Amino acid sequence: MPNTQQLKDLTTQVRRDILRMVHKVNSGHPGGSLGCAEFFVALYQEIMDRNTHFDMDGIDEDLFFLSNGHISPVYYSVLARSGYFPVDELNTFRLINSRLQGHPTTHENLPGIRIASGSLGQGMSVALGAAQTKKLNKDSHLIYSLHGDGELQEGQNWEAIMYAAGNKVDNIISTIDLNGQQIDGSTDTVLPMGSLKAKFEAFGWKVVEINEGNNIEAILKGMAEAKSKTGQGKPVCVLLKTIMGNGVDFMMHTHAWHGKAPNDEQLANGLAQNPETLGDY
Amino acid sequence: MKTYINTGNKDTRSGFGDGLTELGQTNENVVALCADLIGSLKMDDFKANHPERFFQVGIAEANMIGLAAGMTIGGKIPFTGTFANFSTGRVYDQIRQSVAYSDKNVKICASHAGLTLGEDGATHQILEDIGLMKMLPGMTVINTCDYNQTKAATIAIANHQGPVYLRFGRPKVANFTSEDQTFEIGKALHLVEGSDVTIVATGHLVWEALEAAKTLNERGISAEVINIHTIKPLDDEAIIKSVSKTGSIVTAEEHNFLGGLGESVARVLATKKPTPQEFVATKDTFGESGTPEQLMEKYGLNSQAIIKAVETVLKRK
Repeated sequence: MPNTQQLKDLTTQVRRDILRMVHKVNSGHPGGSLGCAEFFVALYQEIMDRNTHFDMDGIDEDLFFLSNGHISPVYYSVLARSGYFPVDELNTFRLINSRLQGHPTTHENLPGIRIASGSLGQGMSVALGAAQTKKLNKDSHLIYSLHGDGELQEGQNWEAIMYAAGNKVDNIISTIDLNGQQIDGSTDTVLPMGSLKAKFEAFGWKVVEINEGNNIEAILKGMAEAKSKTGQGKPVCVLLKTIMGNGVDFMMHTHAWHGKAPNDEQLANGLAQNPETLGDY
Repeated sequence: MKTYINTGNKDTRSGFGDGLTELGQTNENVVALCADLIGSLKMDDFKANHPERFFQVGIAEANMIGLAAGMTIGGKIPFTGTFANFSTGRVYDQIRQSVAYSDKNVKICASHAGLTLGEDGATHQILEDIGLMKMLPGMTVINTCDYNQTKAATIAIANHQGPVYLRFGRPKVANFTSEDQTFEIGKALHLVEGSDVTIVATGHLVWEALEAAKTLNERGISAEVINIHTIKPLDDEAIIKSVSKTGSIVTAEEHNFLGGLGESVARVLATKKPTPQEFVATKDTFGESGTPEQLMEKYGLNSQAIIKAVETVLKRK
């Protein structure tokens, strides 16, 4: 089990990967990716009980589903650095003939990915389906999923949220990345959603709040609390408060870097703020 | 000419329900989901016999498709059931991304397709679903013609790895294919041998094609009748072989002529064996309320319409 410093070092390296990946192809989504770097590192290095080999069915292991597929850079970086595929392959992100498509897909057989995502709002339903199969298979492992806060504007989520409570799907922990930003501005200006805590609770979910979503220790503590609430007849939601663009000062607290790549100068600046730890790909 | 006997009118949706009941007993990985239409889809028996493998999702079709996609992860074979309209158009993006692009082993089972849904009218009478589904890479598209064939198809698709769209209907129609048939996906069935014209029909129009062939035979026209239950992958070879003999073709389907079986046949013929073709299908229109028989007559989807199309195509030979 890695110690906290190792997790922080890995997070710094993941940030470098994200910046270099989107810079190279001058496209992709660095803001949300950077904001969720700590969460992905904690999830894959500590929280999930996962097998070292990948197979689609994922029997006897925890599974993760990414619903907001546009933050693929952080997903790919953490999958590669968790051993699912060679780290060098990050070099092919968004290039022709690559397994690392702009948005994650099973279509190119990239190990670690179990569903395509990109068109928003579909991942909660998929994760719930996988959770129900776990129950049918008498597999006591958990399903984890991640969703953007803006993504909750898609109606299918609320079908799924209602279904989960109604059917007592209590082997799922769905995390909402509360960065308060979406493409056109803050979530409050685009479409105010009110209290997500109140909404999830009203829909019959247990809710855990992690107010420091870019702090590894806070994530580990909050996710442990979430895990302790599973198996009690209710689905579990984690509201993870993050800072979009975290770790690169000029990208933080703004929607401006949701889907924009840094230029050469900005890349150098961002990398200088995140010195190499485990070695670049 | 070879004739077929109607062993008694039955609805194709009951063929689906009874096929699902049998699968429940023979394949423990089969699970079923329904969006508040258990009775209409004839899923009552499966639900009663296997409550742990049956999922009532409520009036939430998008969630149902996503759930089904997720359930495949871990080895389940989900069958979703609702009306054809809500099985396709309403959830196109969910099917596209979470099922087709994700290569998930989901069986999308759709009842009340086409005009024969009847009195509910155009909001429910989808005539575009074959087109929507056949355009999705990797999707198998099946439209069965009677109770026995629908039951056999339901059982067969459980053994097919990959997404399937299975389309059937509401009314009681002639049941004439054999009870113990083996259903082979992608294999056209030659029902009647003929030499003057080929009639390729799918779904409820197959029986109408047989009726048309009888009348044409009395008038000295020898029609070959092919039952195409699988629109994708299409049995190109069977079609080319038949028109090589007859030199003309009529396609018949309870669907818009844009995007349906007829266009798939035209694509094959245009590239491999250009042949005069007429389309028995709806002509870029919505349906309306009425009895199934009234609607099929008004929109030109019965044996009379097929005969007329044959007469037209023969003049173009």
